[in-house]
Amino acid sequence: MSDFTADNSPAAGKGSSLFKETARTKRRNAAEARFKAYGIGAIALGLFFLIALLSAIISNGIPAFKQTFVTISVELPEAKLDKNGNRDPAEMAKVTTFGYKPVITNALIAALKAEGIEIPFAKEKDVADILSSSAPAQVRDTVLANPDLVGQTVDFRLLASSRVDGYFKGRVTREALARDKNLDAEHLDIADQMVKAGLMETTFNADFIFGADASESRPEQAGIGVSMVGSFFMMLVVLSLALPIGVAASIYLEEFAPQNKWTDLIEVNISNLAAVPSIVFGILGLAVFIQFAHLPQSAPLVGGLVLTLMTLPTIIISTRASLKAVPPSIRDAALGIGASKMQSVFHHVLPLAMPGILTGTIIGLAQALGETAPLLLIGMIGYIASNMPDGIASGFLDPNSAMPAQIYEWAKRADPAYYERAWGGIIILLLFLMTMNIIAVILRRRFERRW
Amino acid sequence: MPILWLILLVLALGLIGFVLGRSRALSNAGGDIRQLHSLPSYYGSNVLLATLIPGLAVLLLWLIAQPMVIHGQISSMIPESAYTDAGSLNLVMSDVKRVAEGLDIAVQEGALSVEQARDIRTEFTDIRARLGEVGVALGSNVEAYVLKAAQRYRVMNAVGHWIMTGAVLAAALAGFAYALMRTNKDYRARNQVEKVLLGLLIGAASLAVLTTVGIVLSLIFNTIEFFKLYPAMDFFFGTTWSPSFGGGSELGILPLFWGTFYVSLIALVVAVPIGLFAAVYLSEYAGPKVRAIAKPLLEVLAGIPTIVYGLFALLTVGPLLMNVFGEDGGLGWMQGGRSVMTAGLVMGVMLIPFVSSLSDDIINAVPQAMRDGSLGLGATKSETVKQVVLPAALPGIVGAILLAASRAIGETMIVVLGAGAAARLSMNPFEAMTTVTTRIVSQLTGDADFASAEALVAFALGMTLFVITLGLNILALVIVRKYREQYD
Repeated sequence: MSDFTADNSPAAGKGSSLFKETARTKRRNAAEARFKAYGIGAIALGLFFLIALLSAIISNGIPAFKQTFVTISVELPEAKLDKNGNRDPAEMAKVTTFGYKPVITNALIAALKAEGIEIPFAKEKDVADILSSSAPAQVRDTVLANPDLVGQTVDFRLLASSRVDGYFKGRVTREALARDKNLDAEHLDIADQMVKAGLMETTFNADFIFGADASESRPEQAGIGVSMVGSFFMMLVVLSLALPIGVAASIYLEEFAPQNKWTDLIEVNISNLAAVPSIVFGILGLAVFIQFAHLPQSAPLVGGLVLTLMTLPTIIISTRASLKAVPPSIRDAALGIGASKMQSVFHHVLPLAMPGILTGTIIGLAQALGETAPLLLIGMIGYIASNMPDGIASGFLDPNSAMPAQIYEWAKRADPAYYERAWGGIIILLLFLMTMNIIAVILRRRFERRW
Repeated sequence: MPILWLILLVLALGLIGFVLGRSRALSNAGGDIRQLHSLPSYYGSNVLLATLIPGLAVLLLWLIAQPMVIHGQISSMIPESAYTDAGSLNLVMSDVKRVAEGLDIAVQEGALSVEQARDIRTEFTDIRARLGEVGVALGSNVEAYVLKAAQRYRVMNAVGHWIMTGAVLAAALAGFAYALMRTNKDYRARNQVEKVLLGLLIGAASLAVLTTVGIVLSLIFNTIEFFKLYPAMDFFFGTTWSPSFGGGSELGILPLFWGTFYVSLIALVVAVPIGLFAAVYLSEYAGPKVRAIAKPLLEVLAGIPTIVYGLFALLTVGPLLMNVFGEDGGLGWMQGGRSVMTAGLVMGVMLIPFVSSLSDDIINAVPQAMRDGSLGLGATKSETVKQVVLPAALPGIVGAILLAASRAIGETMIVVLGAGAAARLSMNPFEAMTTVTTRIVSQLTGDADFASAEALVAFALGMTLFVITLGLNILALVIVRKYREQYD
């Protein structure tokens, strides 16, 4: 034991103590603190980006849910709107929106004069630029739906033009209007006075949520409702195809597949498909469903088929995980009392795995709902989704847009009023995604079984 | 909706088959279930499947085949003088279809009688005006051969439809009768049903292979078409990208590659350090409470659709960068909100959770014993991470980064909205550049004529993209798999 009696005191120099940090320890501890701070910084940065993203969405998108309306009484003169006086809608339809415009302009001028608001224009009818160009169509539709209104004075709630609307939301300033041909600063003075007189107000706009898209020059009229219906039909296709096919494929791979080359090939394919860029699925859809099978362009059916192929790998992977989570003892017990292999799977394993399968399916659906790139290639943009589908077949087959495609379409239009719509559309889209994810979490919490 | 009716009819037949098959088996056994080979419902299901599968299979095949056959027949009716190449033949064909649809609508609305629609001639009637009356707008006057083709198209469609209805019902009935006749108490109905079910399961599983085959075929055929029109060498090594649908376009992929590479590089420079540090902190330092909150919150970033990131890049990050690096900020490096930097930064944010959760899994897979050993020797936690955990996890982390890179290269919406449309080879990250995915979108949207090199180039671009991302994914999977084998 003589080795141990040799001097083996610490290599540190004189005066070192465990209670006093040496320069080296200090350096090491500082490095430790720094490293930890980097980690906290990284997480904080990630969360900061999340907050920045969400606050940008909310602050830019909330105004889209409000809209400025003008409430005026419009006199509907028989002489102009129904010359023959027999209130036949087919005959009255010959009066176009051009015929209605002066009627509305006069009503607006009269309303302003009644409130004592001065009109500072050389031509009084220029004041009508305050109103949306959709106003004549709105009045015309109301009159054609109810011809007896002609000759009466009716209260209408008309859309204000997008620039007046932007003024109340802080998007449009008087200085900016100096370069704008559509509206003058004087219009805004009148608008201010109209608000005071109660003729104009900015309120909640249900048409944004349920309405149809409008042409490029009328952002005040655009809504996301029709594309929501398009998305809904697409999700129906995805759900009705991806769920059964995905579950069937997973059952085969997890419960029946022998270890051979074909099974290997399928497995490799599924994991690769999960990582193929979504735009490649768009190319596939274009080539196979539109070029080859001649299905109609822009139809939710085609969109749904493409998204089905895209979400299948997601659903298969999560379904296999939940099938795997069912313990083998369940299968053994079923087989032991005489069930066939197929019976043990369909009667026992599948019901037990169902909550997990549904969770995975909902998450796959949410992913499909937000996907845009493949939809661009099958023609869901550059198209104004202005008509609600009239029936189930037309819902699947008629050209329509989808929520993300509609948002992209709005983002492409140059008018800042459409940017506001795009942010608003994103709020709605995210609300849908959030609801789906929350349902998935609740399902998992409520029904998940730990074995 | 006659096809829907046909499907319902076949379904109804199947249900009848179920009931009949079940009761036939039962009566054959004298009402005693114990005499049967299988449970009674299996006999029913057997007849049900034997009815539905042939019926629906014939329907599906017919629906796919009929348009193709008719298309071939009709296009042979169009005189060769009317078209110059495949593209203009397609235009003529779509005219034919529109006229045929117009005639259908006219008959439906009563503007034409059935005989009139069949026998009407351009020599005697102004078809365009007649169809205009029922709301079918035609671009030009109807040529005689178009009208004839359209009428033939309608006749063939109608005849084909009737034959299809007959064939589907015959197939369903044949299956029905065959299965019902074979039903008796000793028939092994369960084995038969299970065999069919297994076949369906295998079919569903094979769909994944079919999808890949579809992707590869649609890319390859169109890419070959493209290389017939445009030399492959110029495509892969050309440094100019200037498509013009009028002809004389230069379609070199190099500027697109450079844009894609540059955007992805910036994205990875943002995402990899943040994601990696976040993963290290979450798995090595954070307590369970912090982890339970921070990890799902970070993963929210992964669940946000890419269109949202695209809009964020275009409308928030772009203007923000313009304020700092643009003319207003005094630096003057940036000409517009769309730039490589805009798209790269936002894509980096999108990839953070991708890198962090993959690395998190991999770091967690490093055995605790290795950490304990290092800590026991007196290393600090950060030294353990840097010198023991990260080197052990390195192959997995490299795999995760490769997967993130493949995601970045294939990302579409962020670059479409954020990176711009100008193809250029430049080092300045504040300039607008364009990427492979952006060009695919712009070449294939709108009413492009699929026969032109300018549209077909998108398939060649897609093929390149597919091959690159597939290569990266396979490489990543191989690396990750190899690493896992070490510790399991």
